[in-house]
Amino acid sequence: MTRSITGKELHDYLVQGFGAYLLDYEEQSIVIDPQGIQRVCEYLRSSSELEFSFLNSITAVDYVEYFEVVYHITSFSYNTKAVLKVRVYGRDEPTLPSVCSVWPGANFQEREIFDLMGLSFKGHPNLKRIMLWEGFPGHPLRRDFEDVVKY
Amino acid sequence: MAFKTEPMTINIGPQHPSTHGVFRLRVTFDGEVIVDVEPIFGYLHRGSEKLAEERNYVQILTLTDRLDYTASMTNNQAYCLAVEKLLGVSVPERGKYLRVMTAELQRVASHLIAVGFFLQDLGALATPLMYAFRVRESILDLFEMLCGARITVSYMRPGGVFAEPPEDFWPALRRFMEEAPGLIEELENLIMENEIVVVRTKGTGILGIESAIANSVSGPVLRGSGFAWDWRKADPYDIYDQVDFDVPVGNNGDNYDRFQVRIEEIKQSLKIVSQCIRQIPDGLIRAELPLVLRPPAWQESYGRVESPKGELGFYLVSDGSVAPYRCKIRSPSLINLHVLKELLVGWKLADMIVTLGSIDINLGEVDR
Repeated sequence: MTRSITGKELHDYLVQGFGAYLLDYEEQSIVIDPQGIQRVCEYLRSSSELEFSFLNSITAVDYVEYFEVVYHITSFSYNTKAVLKVRVYGRDEPTLPSVCSVWPGANFQEREIFDLMGLSFKGHPNLKRIMLWEGFPGHPLRRDFEDVVKY
Repeated sequence: MAFKTEPMTINIGPQHPSTHGVFRLRVTFDGEVIVDVEPIFGYLHRGSEKLAEERNYVQILTLTDRLDYTASMTNNQAYCLAVEKLLGVSVPERGKYLRVMTAELQRVASHLIAVGFFLQDLGALATPLMYAFRVRESILDLFEMLCGARITVSYMRPGGVFAEPPEDFWPALRRFMEEAPGLIEELENLIMENEIVVVRTKGTGILGIESAIANSVSGPVLRGSGFAWDWRKADPYDIYDQVDFDVPVGNNGDNYDRFQVRIEEIKQSLKIVSQCIRQIPDGLIRAELPLVLRPPAWQESYGRVESPKGELGFYLVSDGSVAPYRCKIRSPSLINLHVLKELLVGWKLADMIVTLGSIDINLGEVDR
């Protein structure tokens, strides 16, 4: 059975080196400052105590007040899983660092978030629309998106 | 004097029979050697995630059928697991067994498509494909008995399955279980030792373990690289902890290994189905739930299964209403495609279609 690492446990692991980036923790997840997400992920992947070598999924949720980017990660060595969250404020040009340098598999999913949710990832090797065509107006998964065609 | 060539860019798809749907690939060649690959998606994008925000929790089930339309049962299962986690309900044992049984039959059907079209891509036109489809047709007939549909089944429901199998289902399933191993063996004898298959697939499209893990690859592609990771074993859902099966792995991570892993998995799946037939208890098939589901507000859940293509996950966020606030689909086909560039660069044109076939993508799931 895959054990989930609680937000508290993860907080205790990270508080030494990355205390400044840890904003909050919940039952199953930990909230990280956007500035530190790339460095925290790099540590989680490479530290021998955790070894989160596998990125399951990245997604973003539009809570209107802010965007929440959710990372599901897994450690094959210990059969554990964890959830990281990043909150990005602002609706015009929300930006956060890319984790493609940590897990190259993040590439397409970050492009998808850029396309459908309108979040930019700094340091992404090929950030452009993936599902929709260039020039599509708006980002459909945002809560305030209005369809251009009326039915 | 060195012979100078100009690189040439060729477009393959979206309307091309070997791209398994509407997949488009822009490939740059130097002579016959691939120097760059750019996959282009979105030709089948229907906005499933957006549509899910306007439907209630049971209606979304029909959207999940249309993701990977060769494996609707496992899509249903992943979605139902996510909703059950949100609601905090448990499924009756009989419902779990029916789910696992149908999901494993679906895995057989999906792997047979993968294997059949892989051989078709190799140039073995129609014959092996028909051997594979012979078995797949019987499975679809069984699904038709269960729920009236062959492809878009919508058989499972949050809390269990849709209906008790009809009387004549069980004899039909037993008959299938007697015939199937022989038919699979026949297919295996036809192709596994075939010289053309072996020469063209051994040593081509090699994917190392480190690269596979870093690129978030899952399913038979990951196991073909020699890493034995299967969510059915690692994080058993439904009743996978009560059945006995092996996780086949490859040695070299080449096209042949991925192909062989699928053939072996078909046998393991049939083994699981026969155990389910023996062990299935009597009782309820579905938990008592209201007609319209309303999970508590601002909960989230991640439901995951080992689908035939890899790790299929649904991330749901509820807002207290009848529809989810957010429904993210982690599709294995899309994420497995990220290694395509690494697998193809440096290889020749003829290996391209074979390698794409060995990843086994489904465009309904890539584009969603």
